[in-house]
Amino acid sequence: MLDILLSSLGQVFTLSHLLYMMLGVIVGLIVGIIPGLGGIAGMSLLLPFLYGMDPSVALGMLMGLVAVIPTGDTFASVLLGIPGSSASQATVIDGFSLAKRGQAARALSSAFLSSMIGGLIGAVVLTGFILIARPLVLSFSSSELFMLTLLGLSMVAVLSGRDLFKGLAACGLGLLVGATGMAPATGEFRLNYGLDYLYDGLPLVVVGLGIFALPEIIDLLAQRGAIAGEPCRLGAGWRQGFRDVRRERGLVARCAGFGSLIGTIPGLAGSVVDWMTYGHAVQSAKDKSEFGKGDIRGVIAPESANNACACGAMVPTLLFGVPGSGSAAVFLGGLLLLGLQPGVGMIETHLDLTYTIIWSLALANILGAGLCLGLAGPVAGLTRVRFTILAPLITVLILFAAYQATRSTGDLIALAAVGAVGVLFKKAAWSRPAFLIGFVLAPGAETYFYQAVQFQGSAAFARPGVLIIGALILAVLFIPVLKSLWQQRRQTKEGGGTDAKAAAPVDKEQARLGGVDVLLLGGLLGLAAFAWSDVAGLSLLGSVFPKLAIAIMALGSLAEIARHAVRRPQWQRQTCREELVWLAGFCTLIATVLGLGFISTAALFCLTFLLGIARLKLWTAAGMAVGVVAFLVGMAHFLTLTYPSGVLDPWLFS
Amino acid sequence: MSPLNTQRTLTTRLKRVAGLGLLCAGLSAMTLPPIAKAADAKVPDSIKWTIPFGVGGGTDVWARFFAPWFSNYLPDEPTLMIDNVPGGGSINGANLFAMRAHADGSQWLGTSASTQYPAMLGDPRVRYDYADWKPLLATPTGGVVYASPSLGKDADSALQALLQEPVKLAAQSPTGVELPVLIALDMLGVDINPVFGMRSRGEGRLAFERGEANIDFQTTSAYLSNVQPLVDDGKAIPLFSLGVLDDDGKIVRDPTFPDLPTFNEIYQQTEGEAPSGNAYEAYRKFFASGYALQKLVMVPVDTPEALTEVYRQAAREFIKTDRFKQESTAQLGPYTPIVGKTVSAHLEDAMAIKDETRQWLITWLADKFDVHLATR
Repeated sequence: MLDILLSSLGQVFTLSHLLYMMLGVIVGLIVGIIPGLGGIAGMSLLLPFLYGMDPSVALGMLMGLVAVIPTGDTFASVLLGIPGSSASQATVIDGFSLAKRGQAARALSSAFLSSMIGGLIGAVVLTGFILIARPLVLSFSSSELFMLTLLGLSMVAVLSGRDLFKGLAACGLGLLVGATGMAPATGEFRLNYGLDYLYDGLPLVVVGLGIFALPEIIDLLAQRGAIAGEPCRLGAGWRQGFRDVRRERGLVARCAGFGSLIGTIPGLAGSVVDWMTYGHAVQSAKDKSEFGKGDIRGVIAPESANNACACGAMVPTLLFGVPGSGSAAVFLGGLLLLGLQPGVGMIETHLDLTYTIIWSLALANILGAGLCLGLAGPVAGLTRVRFTILAPLITVLILFAAYQATRSTGDLIALAAVGAVGVLFKKAAWSRPAFLIGFVLAPGAETYFYQAVQFQGSAAFARPGVLIIGALILAVLFIPVLKSLWQQRRQTKEGGGTDAKAAAPVDKEQARLGGVDVLLLGGLLGLAAFAWSDVAGLSLLGSVFPKLAIAIMALGSLAEIARHAVRRPQWQRQTCREELVWLAGFCTLIATVLGLGFISTAALFCLTFLLGIARLKLWTAAGMAVGVVAFLVGMAHFLTLTYPSGVLDPWLFS
Repeated sequence: MSPLNTQRTLTTRLKRVAGLGLLCAGLSAMTLPPIAKAADAKVPDSIKWTIPFGVGGGTDVWARFFAPWFSNYLPDEPTLMIDNVPGGGSINGANLFAMRAHADGSQWLGTSASTQYPAMLGDPRVRYDYADWKPLLATPTGGVVYASPSLGKDADSALQALLQEPVKLAAQSPTGVELPVLIALDMLGVDINPVFGMRSRGEGRLAFERGEANIDFQTTSAYLSNVQPLVDDGKAIPLFSLGVLDDDGKIVRDPTFPDLPTFNEIYQQTEGEAPSGNAYEAYRKFFASGYALQKLVMVPVDTPEALTEVYRQAAREFIKTDRFKQESTAQLGPYTPIVGKTVSAHLEDAMAIKDETRQWLITWLADKFDVHLATR
C-alpha cells in the first residue's frame, strides 16, 4: 500500500499533472468567488476538455476544482454578506459582521488559513479512512440520518439564545418553505398554489441570497457610508487572522475532524456541517456575547469544517457511486465521463487513482488557500469603498446569481419575496439562521423520518447509533441551561458578588416588542392558516410533515405573544420606511429586468444609480456600466448561461 | 446494405483523425437517397443540444459522450453545444424545448425515462408531446432485480420466500424508473412495499446494502460495477433481468446476462402462462420507453427529412467503429445504440398507451400504495 501511496504522490508532482491541477484550481476559485455559480458551472467549463484525457491528469484537474470551491466562496460571504454556496452560509454571520467592523482582512486570512488546515486534515483522514469506510458508511441507516438532521435542527435553540420562541417560529417557517414541492413519501405536490415554479420547491441559492444578502444591502444603503463602519488596518488584520487560527487550533482540529467524518455520510454533508460546527463554536465559547456581531471563532469553525467535508464527501462518491454533496455529484459525472465506474473497484483495482485523487485534494487545498491569502489583503480594501458605489454592482451580482438557480423568472420573484421576509427579520432581530436551518434540513428530516419508520418500524429508534445521537441532542439542549443554573447557584453561595449584581438587571430586562414584530407574528399566524388549508386535503403521509412545520411556526408565534401578554413588553419603535422604499425599488428593478432584459437593465441601472445616488463622474459611471455589461456577456459566452431576455436584449446583445 | 459493408472495412482500419469526419461525410453522402443532396440538408454550424438534466447527471454524461462523435462524423464538423436546463425532473427543459425549438436541425433534445414517463401518465405539468418530435438515436439499457440472501441462498428459494413475506424496495417516486419493476413484482404475487424518497438508484442500493431493503433493482452499468461484487461475495442473489426488445418488439433475454431469466420467463414458470392483461400491457409499455429506449436524441418533427437522415447516417457510421464499441461499453454498458426507423416504430408503440391501461395503472397505484396521481 505504501508503494502505491508514494507512486501516486510521484504522479501528482509531474509537470502535466501540476499544470492541469492549477487550471482546475483557478477555475474553481473563479466560480467559487462569483456567487451562484459553484461547482456545477466550473465543471461545465472543464468537462469539454475532459473527454479523452489521461484519467489521472484529468482527475487532478477535477479535484483542483472541487477542492477550492468552499475556499473561494468565502470572499463573497465575508466581504459582501452573500452566501456563495451552501458551504458558506454560517460564515456569513460573523464574517460579514467582522467586515462591517473593519476587520475584513482578519476574517479572510483566518478563514483561508483554517480552510487550508481543514482541507489537509480532511485529506489525511481520508487516506486511511477510505480503506475501512465501507462498514461505517453502511452503519448509518435512515434512522441515524434522521437523528443527525435533528441534531442540526437543535442548533436553532443554540443560535436563538434568549429569543427561543421567535427562533422556533422562524425555524417553523423555514421547515414549511422547505417542504414546498413534492412529498417524498407519496409523490404528491403540495404548497405550490398552482404555480409551476414551486413544484421543485425554492432553490437554496435564492433563499440564501434573499434572507442574508438582500437585507444587508438595504441596511447598508439606508445607513450610507462604507461596509466597514470602523477604520480598518489591512496589514495588521492579516497577521491578526493568523494569530487567531493559532490560538484556536483546538477548534480548527475538532471542526475539521468532525467535518470530514460527517462528509462521508451520503445525503447530509455540506448542509448540516457548517451550522453544527458553528453551533459547537458558540457552545464551547466562554464568552458568547460577540457571536453574530463579529466573533472570529464563528468564521474559523465553519471554514475549517467545510473543506474537510469536501474531502469526506469523496468517500461515498468513490466507494458507492453515491455523491456526498452537490459538487461531488458533478465530480461523479466527471469520473463516468473518464470511463471510471465508481464502486468497490476504486480501492481494489484503481487504488492508485484513488490516492492520486486524495493527494491532489491536499495539494489543491494548499494552492487554493495560498492564492486566496495573497488576494485577501487587496480585496479586503473593497470594504472601505463607499457602499453606494458598490451597491449597484452587488445588486446585479445577486440577480445574476439568483437567476442561475433554475433560470426562470420565478427565481427573481422568489428572491424579492424572501428578501422582504429577510428585511423584516433583520429589523426585528428574528433569527435568520434559524429560518435557513429549517429550510435546509426540511427535506432530509421528512424523508429520513418517513424512511426510518417504513424500513424499520418502531425498532428504528432503539438502535445504538440513534441513542448516541439522541444523547448528543439532549446535551446540546440542556447542558447550557444546567451550566448557567449551576453558575448562578455558586455565585449566590459566594455571597452575591459583583457578578451576580451585574447579571441581575440583564435577566430582568424587559422583553421588547415593536411594530415589525406584530406584523411578523400576525403574518406567520395568517400563513399558518392558509398553508393548513392547502395541505389539509392531502394523504396522511404527504401532509404530516408540513402540518408539523405549521404547528411549530404557530406555536412559536403564540408562545411569543403569550410571553408578551404575561410580562408587559417595552414598546420599541421599529421604523422601516426607508428599507421599504429600497425594497420597492428592488422590485421595480426586477420588473424592469423582466421587461427590458437583464443586460440592458443592468447597464441602465448601474449608470443611473452611480450618477444619481452615488454621484460619480459621468465617465467613471459609464466605465463601470460597460464593465458590468462585459462581465455579463462574457459569462454568458464562456459558461453558456442565459438571462431574462426581455425586449431590448435580443436587439442589443445577440 | 452492401455500401455500408465496404465502408465498414474502411472505417475499422482508420483511427479517429480530424479528416475522418469529412471522409465519412463524403461517403455517407454517396450512400444517401437522392433527396439528401438537396439544399435543405445543410448541417448548421452549431447545434444546441438541450439536456433537461443537471451537469454531471447520467443523461448529461451520456450526451457529453456522444457529442464529439456526432461532431466528428457530421459533414463540416458542427459544434455541439450542450445546454443543461434542469428542473421538474426533466419536465421543465422538455417543455421549453417544445415551446421554443426551431425545426431547422440546429436544436436537439436529449430525453430519458423520466421525460417519457410523465408524458405517458398524463402529468399536468407536461406541455410536450412526443408526436411533435422524431428520434435520431436511442440507447437501451437493461436491468436486474436482485434479493438479499436473507430471503434464500439461491434464486429459486429467494423467489419462493418473496411470495411468503412482505418485501421492501427503496424507490425514488411512484412514477420513477422503478415503476415497471413494481408492476412486475406485483404480477408475480409479491407483497411489495416500496419506500419512496430516494434521490437516486444509488441511494436505493445503499439502503439494500445496509439491510434496510431486502430487494433491489439496478440498471446494467450500475449492476456490473456495484452489484456484481456483492453477488460474488454472496451478499446479493440475482433473480431476473428485464430483458431487451428485439427488432420485432418482443422481450428476449438480455445478452449481458445470458444465464439470467427474464421477468416473462419467471412469470411463465410460476403462473404457467405468458403474462397478459392490463398489468402486463403497462409493464411492457413502461419497460419499452424506460429501458429499451431509455435515452433518446430527438429533433422537432418538422426538421427536414434529408437533414435528419444525415444525422442518422453519421450515427450509423460511428456506431460501427471499433473505438466506439470499446468506449461505449465503458460508458453505456454492452448495448448497441439503435438508429432510425426502428426507434420511431418502437417509440410510437411505447408512447401510445391506451386510456384503459393508464386508468388501470392509476387505480393500481392508489389501491396498492395509496398514491394518488394528479393527471390531466
